[in-house]
Amino acid sequence: MNSGSDARDDVILEIRDLEVTFHGDDGSVQAADRVSFTVRRGETVAVVGESGSGKSASVLAVLQLLPRSGNVEVRGSVRLDGRELLDADRRTLRAVRGGAVAMIFQDPMTSLNPVVRVGKQLVEMLREHRYPGGRRAAERRAVELLRVVGIPQPELRMRQFPHEFSGGMRQRVMIAMAIANEPSLLIADEPTTALDVTIQAQVLDVLRDAKAATGAAAIVITHDLGVVAELADTVVVMYGGRVVETGSAEEIFAAPRHPYTIGLMAGLPRLDADVDRLVPIPGSPPNLADPPPGCRFHPRCTLRAGRDVCATETPELREIAAGRRSACHFTEEISAEETAAEAARVSELTGVPLTGDGR
Amino acid sequence: MTTSALTPAGTPAGSSMGRAGGEILRVENLTIHFPVRSGLLGPRQTVQAVNDVSFTIGRGETLGLVGESGCGKSTTGLAVIRRLRPTSGRIVFDGRDISTASRSALRPVRRNMQFVFQDPAESLNPRMTTHEIIAEPLRIHGRYDAAGPAKVAELMERCGLDPRWSGRLPHEFSGGQRQRIGIARALALDPSLLILDEPVSALDVSVQAQIVNLLVDLQRDLGLSYLFIAHDLAVVRHISHRVAVMYLGRIVEYGEKDQIYRSPRHPYTQALLSSVPAHTPAERNRPGRIKLTGDVPSPLDPPSGCHFHTRCPKAIDRCSHDDPALDLRGGRQLVACHLAEPGADHQTQGER
Repeated sequence: MNSGSDARDDVILEIRDLEVTFHGDDGSVQAADRVSFTVRRGETVAVVGESGSGKSASVLAVLQLLPRSGNVEVRGSVRLDGRELLDADRRTLRAVRGGAVAMIFQDPMTSLNPVVRVGKQLVEMLREHRYPGGRRAAERRAVELLRVVGIPQPELRMRQFPHEFSGGMRQRVMIAMAIANEPSLLIADEPTTALDVTIQAQVLDVLRDAKAATGAAAIVITHDLGVVAELADTVVVMYGGRVVETGSAEEIFAAPRHPYTIGLMAGLPRLDADVDRLVPIPGSPPNLADPPPGCRFHPRCTLRAGRDVCATETPELREIAAGRRSACHFTEEISAEETAAEAARVSELTGVPLTGDGR
Repeated sequence: MTTSALTPAGTPAGSSMGRAGGEILRVENLTIHFPVRSGLLGPRQTVQAVNDVSFTIGRGETLGLVGESGCGKSTTGLAVIRRLRPTSGRIVFDGRDISTASRSALRPVRRNMQFVFQDPAESLNPRMTTHEIIAEPLRIHGRYDAAGPAKVAELMERCGLDPRWSGRLPHEFSGGQRQRIGIARALALDPSLLILDEPVSALDVSVQAQIVNLLVDLQRDLGLSYLFIAHDLAVVRHISHRVAVMYLGRIVEYGEKDQIYRSPRHPYTQALLSSVPAHTPAERNRPGRIKLTGDVPSPLDPPSGCHFHTRCPKAIDRCSHDDPALDLRGGRQLVACHLAEPGADHQTQGER
């Protein structure tokens, strides 16, 4: 992303200086602060962060999906295929949602109508976006979509209601709805968080297959680094409403260059090895109603070593290598030797050579 | 089943950190069935939540109880602390059979056995101060005396909370701090066993490791025993000495942590471990991953024979009618599978 050499028409979504502020009785909360990233055609971008990191607010703002009641202020620019979405009218947005851009939520019941048969919902979704060939053709396509997402006996399932599906099967139905109109961008918000691990593995496969079948790009919003490792080409790490690090998934996992990303990965227990003691990040994520000044991670940062600039100046998200950006005043101190050694270790453990461009 | 294989002493030595020896809890053939009615006048049915479950926990030891939702792991935890009455089977805590003990007989037992919940926000009274929350069990058991405030302060400190915060309400704390309060309250009566039901799964990733480390430290310093109920297999590996894997109300595999994770022998354990997402993108296409098809069947109507046979990639005809017993089968952990053979070790990811 943003490596400069890409042709403009390779970019499907460009988010520039996005600011999302919720105004409430007790003051304002800036959920997203100058968030910028791009998504190329066919690419999977994972936006990873904890609660309050701004990951959902940023991405939901793309489709103006944030609740209007809460007095939300959204500024900046979101361009889909070159067209600005933030000032788009309702009609344009309706055509975009479920058309060029489709959403997959954590809880399928938020997007499935509980009193309408699954087949009918799929057919309506197709016809609303002018699927050619009339109702019969749309019905055939709906059955085919259920088959693509691995639902057994799709003809029978067409006639059932959402509550007759298990959690994993409902998630598949939602994926089928999402890819119905061959979107160019899928947005998945914690798509497997509510699922058991064996079902999660299935749904991740379905997502991958659905992406492959449509060639869509995807933004996956998640707190789960495992989901990132499974799906992402590119990673956007968010903390306290800001993007703190971006880069290719391979590079971010092999050699993270922001202290928060490093801490996040170091604190994870491993399934395949015994770790004597976990190394947690001290403290708690910031309260966005009263964020710390300067770098929002500075109260928890071990690299800072008491230096004032971290508490006074906001570090810019700057390019540190081709395709890599980090928002840390001292990212250069995260030793190149150290990261190279770590990369070599990971490469040796996994038997997978690490290439420079990570792709 | 060979009971000797169940005891901490009877299992081969593996990790032994902090284990003082002896047994604090023994659960034998625990079965819990709930009668349910589907709809107002629907037919009476029975949810077979837990079926013939047996395990032990040694002093200073952690037993990890893993499985997916509906496998009966939380129900087992609730039965151990006797929030639920077992349909059949025995629960022996510190040498005393408490399976059918009355409410008053349970009172002194409950002091020694405490429960920590998943969501600290839901388990703490929002109107009580931190001091009141932690002191409450002491008051209930008539042990809050002149030394009470000092005891509360000590508990807070031990759990990584500043005692000066004792006047604050739960909402003034972060999720991780609230879980520390929940743990401090559970420790107030100096229990010997904690039943921890998903104690870190509601927490932010960066905070989970803090709470896991706190639990490890408390066990080392206080000699606590843990029944650690969780779905996160990596966390369970980190904190447990021994592990029991449950599927649809039954234990399907049970043994030393290292055995279970390095050479799982039950096809369900193998599938569970290989379903866990990759640790790095490079492991994405690791070979030999087992993907299960289908959903977990309903505990209202579990499959005949081996409960897992409907999803098992290795099932043979016998599995559909003959229920396999949990036994050693020549290996080093207990396995409930007709096809488990000694030496047929499945290698987990990363150890190729």
